[in-house]
Amino acid sequence: MIKELVQGLTFTLRKMGSKPITVQYPEEQKPVTPRHRGRHILHRYDNGLERCIGCELCAAACPVGCIYVLAAENDPNNPISPGERYAERYEINLMRCIYCGYCAEACPTEAITLGPRFELAEYRRERTVVTKAELLESWPGMHTAGLPVSAVGAGADQTGREELDPGVNPRAAWAAEESKVDRETAPHPGELGIPVDVPTVIEPGATP
Amino acid sequence: MIGGDDWKVLLLKCLVLVVFLLTAFAYLTLAERKISARIQLRYGPNRVGPFGLLQPAADGLKLFFKENIAPAERDKLLYLIGPSLAGGAALLAYAVIPWGTNNFFGYDFHWDIAHVNVGLLFILGITSLGVYSLFLGGFASNSKYSLLGGLRSSAQLISYEMAVSFALIGVVILAGSLDLEQIVGAQHGLWFVVLQPLAFILYFTAAFAETNRLPFDLPEAETELIAGYHTEYSSMRFGLYFLGEYINMVTVCSIATALFLGGSLPFPPFHPFDWIPGPVWFLGKVAVLLFVMIWVRWTLPRLRYDRLMNFGWKVLLPIGLVNIVVTGAVVAIRA
Repeated sequence: MIKELVQGLTFTLRKMGSKPITVQYPEEQKPVTPRHRGRHILHRYDNGLERCIGCELCAAACPVGCIYVLAAENDPNNPISPGERYAERYEINLMRCIYCGYCAEACPTEAITLGPRFELAEYRRERTVVTKAELLESWPGMHTAGLPVSAVGAGADQTGREELDPGVNPRAAWAAEESKVDRETAPHPGELGIPVDVPTVIEPGATP
Repeated sequence: MIGGDDWKVLLLKCLVLVVFLLTAFAYLTLAERKISARIQLRYGPNRVGPFGLLQPAADGLKLFFKENIAPAERDKLLYLIGPSLAGGAALLAYAVIPWGTNNFFGYDFHWDIAHVNVGLLFILGITSLGVYSLFLGGFASNSKYSLLGGLRSSAQLISYEMAVSFALIGVVILAGSLDLEQIVGAQHGLWFVVLQPLAFILYFTAAFAETNRLPFDLPEAETELIAGYHTEYSSMRFGLYFLGEYINMVTVCSIATALFLGGSLPFPPFHPFDWIPGPVWFLGKVAVLLFVMIWVRWTLPRLRYDRLMNFGWKVLLPIGLVNIVVTGAVVAIRA
């Protein structure tokens, strides 16, 4: 009995001297796995054209119906995507999304994939509906090419750690865009099943 | 005269001691969490203040502002007496602990509050009061888990109280006194841990049972009894039980220090070391023992209840008896 006691005590004492394996999360982060299914990314071709052709197959494949696509005809002289149509609005309700990846499987052009970003908490419920501005991948040449969407989808590196600069930060850019939208006429998260006439803005500290 | 029985000095000493013990309690919880974390390869609390040093303050505030939830069918009076007794008895026992004596400007200043000539008996009596708090709390809660915890605590503490007393009698025989300061004084040159190693191990083992800590934490036994006797307590009433438990740890370690480790005497008992004041030596030794208690808690699993009772009555008690007989015989022959 004494021998086992001493063995156990020396073991724990030795462990006390070794380095903890804890990852100090907000400061230290482990990379996610390559196949991690986090927040979605809308991809571009190498020339900066968007892969999404507005076919809405993702929305059809989505088991919870959290994807909303509004397609529009491409201007042949100044196309946004290589197809006939492109997604004018592309919104995903992240509160509803189950990150199953069926949208990525359904996509004929591999325009949507699930990315590495997992820090998706928000103080405002309406911001959990992410728009095309936030989902769209950045493209190094976009500023020189002068594409019309570039002002909206500027520089989303999809990690969620962008600077708080409206030129670079998709969230800030989105907020700036959204403030210009006429809420009376524009399609809105209401079409995703969120009742718009109910106040969805919940400030921290407010009682529900 | 300083160090005398002037009530102003006594009051001041009481205040200092209570503040010290409450701080010790707070930081003992932090030490426990830190040490357990390091044993389990974690960091432990490190967010509140530098190195998590303000964590006890945050915990204390949380306890204060928690809602006081109590069972409707409780025994209202006993339900209140339980935790008060736990906190009170733990604080009270510390009154006679001999911290040491310092010479300030020609006056001998005793750091202990009361110099009782049967201090050891006083401590044994007061620490035995602690079992009432556990049992009353478990009984008054009117819950099966609490009652089981209370029953276990009384059975356990009675059997281990015997072992504790027998372990201490050996020291009393050697020192020839129940006065704690005289017992410390008798260890000039040679600590009693050298003369009474068996009694020291016996006392320290039983001390784990006395303070309800692993491997003898049967009264709480989270996995079996939720939280044992304090299952139905919340907020500051739970805090008082918690406080009692941790201050009891300090108390048993202080007794072990005073009786076996030479109390406030410096370790190599000659010149450069005796410049460090007695209370510092005392605290250092207590801190080492406290570390051992925490270390053991996070190493050993809980004993089964029947084995615990077997160990108490069939192992510790006979060893204690043999120790007394042998010590008594040797002292009688040499006298």
